[in-house]
Amino acid sequence: MLFHRRSIALGGLGLAVAAVMGLAPVDARADGLADILKAGVIKVAVPQDFPPFGSVGPDLKPVGYDIDVANLIAAKLGVKAELVPVASSNRIPYLQTKKADLVISSLGKNPDREKVIDFTVAYAPFFNGAFGPADVKVTKPEDLAGMTVGVTRGANEDMELSKIAPATADIKRYEDNNSTISAFLSGQVKVIVTGNVTAAAILARNPPRKPEVKFLIKDSPCYIGLNKDEPKLLEKVNAILTAAKADGSLNAISQKWLGAPLPAGL
Amino acid sequence: MTYVFDFGAIAPYVPLFLKGIAITVELTVIGGVLGVGVGIACAWARSLGPRWLRPPVALYVELIRNTPFLIQLFFIFFGLPSLGISLGEMQAAILAMVINLGAYGCEIIRAGIEATPKGQFEAGASLAMTRLQTFFHVVLMPALQRIWPALSSQIVIVMFGSAVCSQIAVEDITFAANFIQSRTFRAFEVYIIATVLYLVLALILRQGMRSLAGLLFPRRRATR
Repeated sequence: MLFHRRSIALGGLGLAVAAVMGLAPVDARADGLADILKAGVIKVAVPQDFPPFGSVGPDLKPVGYDIDVANLIAAKLGVKAELVPVASSNRIPYLQTKKADLVISSLGKNPDREKVIDFTVAYAPFFNGAFGPADVKVTKPEDLAGMTVGVTRGANEDMELSKIAPATADIKRYEDNNSTISAFLSGQVKVIVTGNVTAAAILARNPPRKPEVKFLIKDSPCYIGLNKDEPKLLEKVNAILTAAKADGSLNAISQKWLGAPLPAGL
Repeated sequence: MTYVFDFGAIAPYVPLFLKGIAITVELTVIGGVLGVGVGIACAWARSLGPRWLRPPVALYVELIRNTPFLIQLFFIFFGLPSLGISLGEMQAAILAMVINLGAYGCEIIRAGIEATPKGQFEAGASLAMTRLQTFFHVVLMPALQRIWPALSSQIVIVMFGSAVCSQIAVEDITFAANFIQSRTFRAFEVYIIATVLYLVLALILRQGMRSLAGLLFPRRRATR
């Protein structure tokens, strides 16, 4: 009970601080973009524990899809990228406390997050879907009828698949991702339902059976997060991303880290 | 420390448990019968068979007895397809169980065979029995009777080993338990049910083995 009371007290303190901050007048600072250009450095929060988006490379520096995007944006702005490694739980606090100008950390968009930060256009695909070799003809859930389908038991994609798969689909549920991957690679299942990141991990090993995306089950692409009331920075980053999609440089990053081109709708 | 049991949450999944029981029983019966068959053949080969046959059988027995069952199962299910031998999960599970029980059963039955006094072979020969008749009536049946409790326990262990087969998506009791647990998060209830199911099955299996002994060794009951 003691702990309880203390945490309530702390919570109350937090609320009070938040209220004071909320009431404080917006400072006269011009805008984030000007500050970044003046400093010559953009601070970008990137993951370090979520390959292929961000992980620690052999030289102990972060590498990955998100790091490449951060460097691309910094280059287009003509500034240096300062990478700030973050965990997924503190991505948004880093932004709110101005320890980062941008969060490029496989961040998905949802209404709760949209209340506290702004999002650019999508920069990376992130979805669950059905994957299979080129010779397996599947374009929609109904096509799975009579087919062996591998999935990791209890994962989100298992729940979704169980809802949409036809009754005659032979769903094999494995203990963990590795077993699901092994079942696919050894041909024990024709199709697997998994995340595009897992499919990329399979592709990276260059197997004889290459998982190609057949249809999407849940699409939740990654967006770059930035603080609210930064319209100029938002506009600039959006312009850079749009240009990078048009000139193929973002596609090259996708090919490099996910082993697949950017989906058409991104 | 108060936990509120909610078996009601599991009620919709009862058919899955029933299917799990059927699969576990199927695996155990087929694996047990074929496994004991392999065990008898290997025990004969190692103790009475031709000399050239003994090293390969010994290699098989030691290879299986000195590696984990899970690895044997994964080797068959995930490894063999690379050689073009693709078995479904049920075939792979049964094959793994037969191979496993065959090796352990071999050593158990061999112990029974080697305890046969030499004079009994000679007695068989002097009764004009063929080698096969001697082996079956004079050597094998008394040997099986001697080691029956150990063999029964080994078959029960193989039944518990079938729980491992849920790893390759065989939908046995353990698979059902894990699946239901992942859908309802009632881990305590689910594993209590699974425990009780295995316990009851094991007791039935032991009783079945005892009854089978009564049928197989009718005149020798006194020595049991």
